[in-house]
Amino acid sequence: MVWNAFSRDLMTELQRLQHEFGHPLEQSASIRGGGRSRFPALNVGGTPESVEIYAFAPGLDPSSIELTLDRGVLSLSGERVSDLPAEDARTAVHIGERFAGRFRRVVNLPDDADPDSVSATYRDGVLHIRVTRRAASQPRRINVQ
Amino acid sequence: MSERDTQGNVARDDAMQPAVDVIEDAAGITLTADLPGVPKEGLSLHIEADQLTIEGEIRLTAPEGMQLTHRELSASRFRRVFTLSKELDAERVSAALENGVLRLRIPRVQQAQPRRIRIDVS
Repeated sequence: MVWNAFSRDLMTELQRLQHEFGHPLEQSASIRGGGRSRFPALNVGGTPESVEIYAFAPGLDPSSIELTLDRGVLSLSGERVSDLPAEDARTAVHIGERFAGRFRRVVNLPDDADPDSVSATYRDGVLHIRVTRRAASQPRRINVQ
Repeated sequence: MSERDTQGNVARDDAMQPAVDVIEDAAGITLTADLPGVPKEGLSLHIEADQLTIEGEIRLTAPEGMQLTHRELSASRFRRVFTLSKELDAERVSAALENGVLRLRIPRVQQAQPRRIRIDVS
């Protein structure tokens, strides 16, 4: 599926995407899509102090994952090598659903995300990225004298 | 090995089906399943009669009070059931879980391994 950059009616395009993926609108409203079939699947959450991104990317060597942050756009790329053997007279692939190949996903970070405060850990096949929000934008309690 | 139809299954819940690869060679079957976020303690493998059940509970660390704003993986568990055929040896299944990938090896029973059958031509 190719994103049509010349579409005159964004809503019509979004509705078409929604129909194609069978998704509620709020899940496919991003210009970068984000269908369920994409690898790795992403969940994004937040607290007043941080943005938490979970990339479900099993079976990777963590040192091969490339993570970059450029002007508020976090991108995650790498490659997962296929485990499937070449089919011959002695082996048969009955089911081959697991993703193989190069992948790249991007996440728009909110304006208050601090690009200098990013940490990432890979555990049980999940890459957890935490981006701290700038202190100035965190809610503060103001004492009334 | 065939996959069990889960439609109408009593145990059906909001678990997701993990993506799997199933490869068969002369000595048996190798099943590989993607179970991201499932630690060893959250994995349950169960064989009863000819049913192989793979279940995994996703355990993630999250800060207190986190609210999800975007969710592509919606369930907290994986579950998938396969039916083994009788030439597979359920007693000798071996399993390894690494980086969220489960690899199961299910050998064929000894006498079921393929033999070359000589054809005598008179």
